[in-house]
Amino acid sequence: MPYNFKKTAQKPERFTGGHRMCAGCGAPVVVRTVLRALKTEDHAVVANATGCLEVSSSIYPYSAWKDSYIHSAFENAAATVSGAEAAYVSLKKQGKIPYDAKFIAFGGDGGTYDIGFQSLSGAMERGHDMVYVCYDNEAYMNTGIQRSSSTPKFADTTTSPAGSVIPGKLQYKKDLTKIMAAHGIPYVGQSAPMKNFRDLYEKSEKAIYTQGPAFLNVLAPCPRGWRYDTAIMMELIEIAVDTCVWPLYEVVNGEYHLSYKPKNKRPVEDWLKPQGRFKHMFIPQNRHLIDEFQAYVDKEWDNLLKLCGEK
Amino acid sequence: MLRQIDPDVVAAFPITPSTEVPQYFSQFVANGQVRTEFVAVESEHSAMSACIGAEAAGARTMTATSSQGLALMWEMLYIAASMRLPIVMTTVNRALSAPINIHNDHSDAMGARDSGWVQIYNENNQEAYDSLIMAIRVAEHADVQLPVMICYDGFITSHSVENIMLLEDDLVKSFVGEYKPQYSLLDKEHPVSMGMFDLPAFYFEHKRQQAEAIKNAKQVLIDVQNEFAKISGRQYGLFEEYKLDDADIAIVIANSTAGTAKDTVDMLREQGVKAGLLKIRLFRPFPADEIVKALSHVKAVAVMDKAEGFSAAGGPIFVDVRSAMYGKADGIKVINYIYGLGGRDVGVYDVKRVYDHLQTIADSGQIDNLYNYLGIRE
Repeated sequence: MPYNFKKTAQKPERFTGGHRMCAGCGAPVVVRTVLRALKTEDHAVVANATGCLEVSSSIYPYSAWKDSYIHSAFENAAATVSGAEAAYVSLKKQGKIPYDAKFIAFGGDGGTYDIGFQSLSGAMERGHDMVYVCYDNEAYMNTGIQRSSSTPKFADTTTSPAGSVIPGKLQYKKDLTKIMAAHGIPYVGQSAPMKNFRDLYEKSEKAIYTQGPAFLNVLAPCPRGWRYDTAIMMELIEIAVDTCVWPLYEVVNGEYHLSYKPKNKRPVEDWLKPQGRFKHMFIPQNRHLIDEFQAYVDKEWDNLLKLCGEK
Repeated sequence: MLRQIDPDVVAAFPITPSTEVPQYFSQFVANGQVRTEFVAVESEHSAMSACIGAEAAGARTMTATSSQGLALMWEMLYIAASMRLPIVMTTVNRALSAPINIHNDHSDAMGARDSGWVQIYNENNQEAYDSLIMAIRVAEHADVQLPVMICYDGFITSHSVENIMLLEDDLVKSFVGEYKPQYSLLDKEHPVSMGMFDLPAFYFEHKRQQAEAIKNAKQVLIDVQNEFAKISGRQYGLFEEYKLDDADIAIVIANSTAGTAKDTVDMLREQGVKAGLLKIRLFRPFPADEIVKALSHVKAVAVMDKAEGFSAAGGPIFVDVRSAMYGKADGIKVINYIYGLGGRDVGVYDVKRVYDHLQTIADSGQIDNLYNYLGIRE
């Protein structure tokens, strides 16, 4: 059945309003879209790494989660949900669970690229039937905007501040999506909640209903950390995709497929300019930083086109 | 014993000397002798995390570890207990690094004594076997709902060949019974949120409930042990008293060295010395009143710790015993001995030196050295 935004949007919400996420935050948009891809009749067990999403959606005695939800610690959402999945396999075999359950972990980039990386790698390698969703906002936002291995080069964060000598973070962003693809798992997708949400919805559906481990890396802007006008969040996501800073693609059983190729690849200034974290790159003597950023994006995009057989 | 309990999930990582527990168990899995899902995780941190996920999903879940493995689990031990998940773990006691050492002492489990787990220490394989079966019942009891750690000595107990009495498979199965969790992540009709963000309005009350739960574990253990005695003929207490009734001098000690020390007691008794012993079994919760009562008639006590607490004020068991006695058994001389760290052998005559020291104190009424190291080269 072809994707129909109106119909999918009418499915019952599994992540309710009333949570305490910021206005203009990408994470709850990602969560709602991913959970919407579940079949209405399927039960979901959601594990959540410590982070903004966790502290804002599960403040005792309130919960924004209509499915079963577990948070245990920062670095182990993958291991925690893998245990729940093992319980399901065992109890299902014993005839104690008469319905289908799906296992989804949500973590920010800190809980995924950094501290949770080992746990994620282990769970993916073991082959649990689960989906790990990283909502990537490119820094430790919950603790107050500290750099992570997902923070892009030159971004100004509280632990990679742009100073008079050092122009923000000195290292490139870790390419986690490709690292997860290298695990040889059946499904890896890089996505973003944009336009009619089709890309993220369809990738979520594939990830959830592919037997075995799946990984989704989803761009989720953070107005506090990125310092953009909250009203432009959806537009900013489109710019990330159209500048090829955040390309949309998937790796199905080891094969790379490009999901979207911009008709007009926009310059990286369009991406950098609306965000306060890159402000220092626009002072005249720092022009070379923008050039370096552009050269890096071009190189990575070119590599991806080759991997996807588009070049 | 793991095969007989046949848990729904085991998640474990190899570490000396507990490796054989998951290793032999995975063979039972491979041969289809158990229904368990075995999760061969990539670290002990993930082992405990997966146990938490599995237990929260309503599966009877077990694991095993030692030393650094337990240390790596540390964060998750507290979370398992505070989420009230009745996981059962065998802790095969081994010294902590650094320097790295694979042999036995109790520094690993003593480091986890405040994590909210029920801790039961065991002298030999028979006791460890019996305790593990009983641990399931204690952990899952509605008044407890807490994880239980069954501790026994690495190599000395874990790798020794002993004759033990096994119960029939069916008997173990009916004794542990079916696990019926009150809440489960897999209960579609009653979805739950677990591990919530708990602010000052509720956190304190939740900790108070948890404190009550571990307090309850004492009576539950007594009841379960009495029931176990009926099927096994082996009766356990909160601790074991060995020739303590009429003793003038006594030591308090946990795990395998208690066996050695019983030989010392026998030897001294033959010489007319009124020596006795109290073997720690349930350490968390700490049966303070019962221990004080059992020691109330002695003149001098040496509490022996196979862990250095680095408090400069005595080892962990000493601190608890002495604190329990304060105001209730004043006048009894209490000293501390640290012994056997990193697997340093302690024999019958080593323990005799402790009793000799106690005799001097009992005779003189004076404590010369409060804190002592047994057989150390200073």
